[in-house]
Amino acid sequence: MPDQSDGIIPQYYEDVPLEDDYLIQVPEIAKLDDEWPQAESDAAIVAETAIHSRKRKMEGDVLIVGAGISGMQAALDIADKGYRVILIDKSSTIGGNMVKLDKTFPTNDCSICTSAPKMVEVSRHPNITLLTYAEIADLKGEAGNFTARVYRKSKYVDPDKCTGCDDCTPVCPVDVISVFDEKLAKRKAIYIEFPQAVPIVYTIDYEACVGCGSCERVCEPGAISFLEKSEDIEVKVGSVIVATGYELFEPVEMRREYGYGKYPNVITAMQFERLLSSFGPTEGKARRPSDGEKPESIAWIQCVGSRSKQLGWPYCSRVCCMYATKEASIQKETDPETDVSIFYMDLRAYGKDFQQYYDKAKDMGVEYIRARPSSVYENEDKSITIRYMDTHTREVKEKTVEMLVLSTAIIPSQENQRLAEVLGIDVDESGFFQVKSIMTDPIESTRDGVYLAGCDQGPKDIPDSVAMASGAAAKAISDIVDRDQAEAVEPPEQKDVTGEKPRIGVFVCHCGKNINGYLDCKEVADYIGEQPYVEYATDIMFACSEDTQKDIREKIEEEGLNRVIVAACSPITHGGLFQDTMVEAGLNKYLFEFANIRQHCSWVHSHDREEATQKAKDLVRMSANKSALLEPLEQEEVSVIPSVLIVGGGLSGMRAALALSDMKIKTYLLEKDPELGGMLRRLHTLFPSDVKASDIIDPLIKRVSESEFITVMTGSTLEDIEGFIGNFEATINTPGGEEKLEFGTAIIASGFGEIDLTGRYGYGDSEKIMTQTELEERIEAGTLEKPKTVVMVNCAGAMEPERPYCCRVGCGVSIKNAKMIKEMYPDSDVYILYRDIRVFGKDEEEYFTDVIEGKRVKIVRYTYEEQPEVAVDDDGNVMVTVHDSIYGDTLELPADLVVLTAQTEGNESVEGLMEMFKIPAGPGRYLIEAHAKIRPLDFATDGVYFCGSAHFPKNLADTIAQSEGAASRAAIPIMKGTLVLEGITANVLEEICSGCGLCVAACPFSAIDLESGKAIVNTALCKGCGVCTATCRAGAIQQKGFKDEQILSMIKGAMHEVY
Amino acid sequence: MADDAKNDFEPKILGFLCNWCSYTGADLAGTSRLQYPSNIRIIKVMCSGRVNPQFILKAFQEGADGVLVSGCHPGDCHYIKGNYHARRKLTLLHDLMDHMGIDPGRFQLSWVSASEGHKFAEVVTKFTEQVRELGPQTKMAGGGGQ
Repeated sequence: MPDQSDGIIPQYYEDVPLEDDYLIQVPEIAKLDDEWPQAESDAAIVAETAIHSRKRKMEGDVLIVGAGISGMQAALDIADKGYRVILIDKSSTIGGNMVKLDKTFPTNDCSICTSAPKMVEVSRHPNITLLTYAEIADLKGEAGNFTARVYRKSKYVDPDKCTGCDDCTPVCPVDVISVFDEKLAKRKAIYIEFPQAVPIVYTIDYEACVGCGSCERVCEPGAISFLEKSEDIEVKVGSVIVATGYELFEPVEMRREYGYGKYPNVITAMQFERLLSSFGPTEGKARRPSDGEKPESIAWIQCVGSRSKQLGWPYCSRVCCMYATKEASIQKETDPETDVSIFYMDLRAYGKDFQQYYDKAKDMGVEYIRARPSSVYENEDKSITIRYMDTHTREVKEKTVEMLVLSTAIIPSQENQRLAEVLGIDVDESGFFQVKSIMTDPIESTRDGVYLAGCDQGPKDIPDSVAMASGAAAKAISDIVDRDQAEAVEPPEQKDVTGEKPRIGVFVCHCGKNINGYLDCKEVADYIGEQPYVEYATDIMFACSEDTQKDIREKIEEEGLNRVIVAACSPITHGGLFQDTMVEAGLNKYLFEFANIRQHCSWVHSHDREEATQKAKDLVRMSANKSALLEPLEQEEVSVIPSVLIVGGGLSGMRAALALSDMKIKTYLLEKDPELGGMLRRLHTLFPSDVKASDIIDPLIKRVSESEFITVMTGSTLEDIEGFIGNFEATINTPGGEEKLEFGTAIIASGFGEIDLTGRYGYGDSEKIMTQTELEERIEAGTLEKPKTVVMVNCAGAMEPERPYCCRVGCGVSIKNAKMIKEMYPDSDVYILYRDIRVFGKDEEEYFTDVIEGKRVKIVRYTYEEQPEVAVDDDGNVMVTVHDSIYGDTLELPADLVVLTAQTEGNESVEGLMEMFKIPAGPGRYLIEAHAKIRPLDFATDGVYFCGSAHFPKNLADTIAQSEGAASRAAIPIMKGTLVLEGITANVLEEICSGCGLCVAACPFSAIDLESGKAIVNTALCKGCGVCTATCRAGAIQQKGFKDEQILSMIKGAMHEVY
Repeated sequence: MADDAKNDFEPKILGFLCNWCSYTGADLAGTSRLQYPSNIRIIKVMCSGRVNPQFILKAFQEGADGVLVSGCHPGDCHYIKGNYHARRKLTLLHDLMDHMGIDPGRFQLSWVSASEGHKFAEVVTKFTEQVRELGPQTKMAGGGGQ
């Protein structure tokens, strides 16, 4: 764990030469010996041992390199389909960069809270083999049949014995600068990166360890093993996903301009994230590195290392505008007095809800200054003065702040070149991994069978990475789909304990000294042994160790136990483990109960042994009371109809159908128009390349119509949907009459369109005024006459109270079409009137720069307050008047062609779909995902997924990645074949239910219906929250596992000794 | 009550924590080795929306001096809107407590996320001190009020 006691390290610049990246160097594979060294029980031979390794072989279906959010998502998507994943990460924990963040935009969800459950799921998944501290060294073979070599460094800690108790770090004499904490804090030579690390196994930093053996002496389970070997593993798989992530630009080259590494109060945005993080060096408070004091003023400088060919990279880093906005608004929220400002060039709030988030930040008092500061200098009091030119007055100004945060760019990892050689794939001109084609294959690398996910191929935000990871999972599966799925291990038959008197077994865990050091475990065990129904009680050293698991199973058998309580750490981390033990012993897993006497007792009351012991007794007694009333719960199984319904036959619907077809899953592709193709049918070319839309769409239509797995239904609309995940039934209006279809899951790909601008910007008053799509139709048809002056008005109808969002694609479309006109008619004058140029990410910014520099397109910036006016006089002449907010003059542009980049909105069919599938939509009829960051393709309603512009407008590459991702999500239940439902569900006692309907209204999942005057729970939809139970006035609906009587027994147990 | 007696008084406090946010937040308080008064006994529920006002009254009846309910922050509920149900019901209960002759200060509803170990420790510490100040709850304890 990072050492937080000293807080932030003030003079870390002096301690740490910035050139040194402090990463552990992997010993060269070439140095490996086949011979093992002679073992000596001396820590000093660590260095010697490190270069020797144990060889072994592994087999799986897919190898995933990198276990950040993308790698984890891809792993879960594949493993959930029944295929075996080998997931490797070079760090000692999984989680990647996301876990370092404090919160995530635009929902301000806590980052670790959303990623930690995924980390635990990955580590417990029976189809995932996790290899941390491991790197890939070689990849031979071809798609379907790869052989990789993975080198796994020794952690010198036995993962089976380490309990994560943290006894070792206080005794370690070595301080190491924590890379996880962005060099703002120290950790020890033996460490875990952060408290929620997975696996919770400590690692000895081989470079830093002095071999004193102090940790070995205090480690009670004897987990420290200086002889633990590194491993050289041969891995056979069918396909590979590369999700190795990114690095952040380290602005040392900008020492002169922005003072990073020179002035202590200049930090990077990731360092600021660590300061904001509740488990960071300052426990969540922004503090100046110079003196640890609260800064009264903070400024951010955007585009540090991005959008610059001279210092950094030419592309836009895509996430910085929003993360700076997030950090600034969190600071403003925590401390409204702080003076907070952001220096920016274009504020790229392009995504779903981003513009609203940005507007909110402005309302909170975050000041946005449009300037690229030229330099900064430090004052005597260590404050920082920023010099910049005011773009309105053209004056050079200065602003002094107490802390300066540099919004540094996402850049390709330094290891990409080496990795690319190992993997046999290409890198692009920036050093990111090269995709096969950004217009058709944005997930494929340049080697067949090797797929890319997340930021290793370009900057991306979390949901786009997650969607792409799911897409990569679909691709990886299609190479191995003919293999047998991993066989599920059949548990022993469950004993029927109904009607038996409760016989409770209690195991009180010492957790070494972690519990027993602060309270008396033996006393607790003796006490609880006297309680009613407790048949057996004992205290044990480590409840989670493999041998204790065996003990528990034996005691269940010997003592005839039918309920088990473990009093130890937390059910959140260890509940699943003991439930598995129950199942292995033939007991229903819901007959297990946890008493948390570590996190909730020994660790938080470590100064009063008596009090802590008393509290532990009470906690275990409460559990015992409930345990006596526990019942075995059944987990229903439902079979899944093996087909998918896709609503919408545009680009995204077709790409999803093809991805499913590659996984040999049957789909019905529903399209309301007489032909497939959707929006792309109306476009001429596609941004950010000039490829013709028809060259994209025609081959797709051909592939779709040739697939034996796809049934195309054009000219058809949905009439009704019934059922739930696994078993849906649709009524469809087809040209041939009404049809019924059965399917297991559904994908909504209903697309989007331009809003109607009639009556605004002169639209409808003149033939010369049209939208971008109409312009493209005209170019496609060859009917565009040569214009003398073209004026494009961006953000027409956008970011207004009624539709407060940015349309995400308009800037790109206008630049592409301006370029097209200039290429057709080089003499024409083309103006683009814009508010911010939001061409984000890789490729787009470069395309834009190229057009602006080379094509002589004139761009004019206007503000929301002073919108351009389009007037048509009696002779039909069109005049556009605009106030240039940069140069301050008002321009009058006589135009013979005005092109409006219209705001967009979701397809009108969405309203019906919302009703039928019980799915929500937000502003502009764009559908709302289950979670903005980590479940971007799912709805809260199980079995229904979505992709493409039904979610929000997006470019081709993002749409394809999302569509293939949605295909992966929709394929999971199908490939599982049967679904095991949650055992904790609501249950209605019919004889008491009066049919009042309160529970129906309260249920967040629409899982309850009234039938003949009684509430009926659909267990397939019920998630077991218990809101209905708390709502029922008669106690007629009970949450299994949390019944009123069970909770009341705990309340009594908390207050009284006697049962 | 004399000040000394107040200081000696150790209130019995019951806490209902939702599984996804506040229980995990309490875990983090432990992992971070934060210290708070040992008076609280925790009952885990899946969602704060599961907490029936009856539980709180029952706790007082059984002798609790204070009851704390904690769930995910509004908008963050694992079950979409369960915490809104909790908020509505329990705010109403809070308003009724005066009427029942129990100081509303004996009941608290709070929002603690899974990352807010510090906040959890703070909430418990403050609430314990608040209840300690109020002294023993005698109105309903021992089945009173019936």
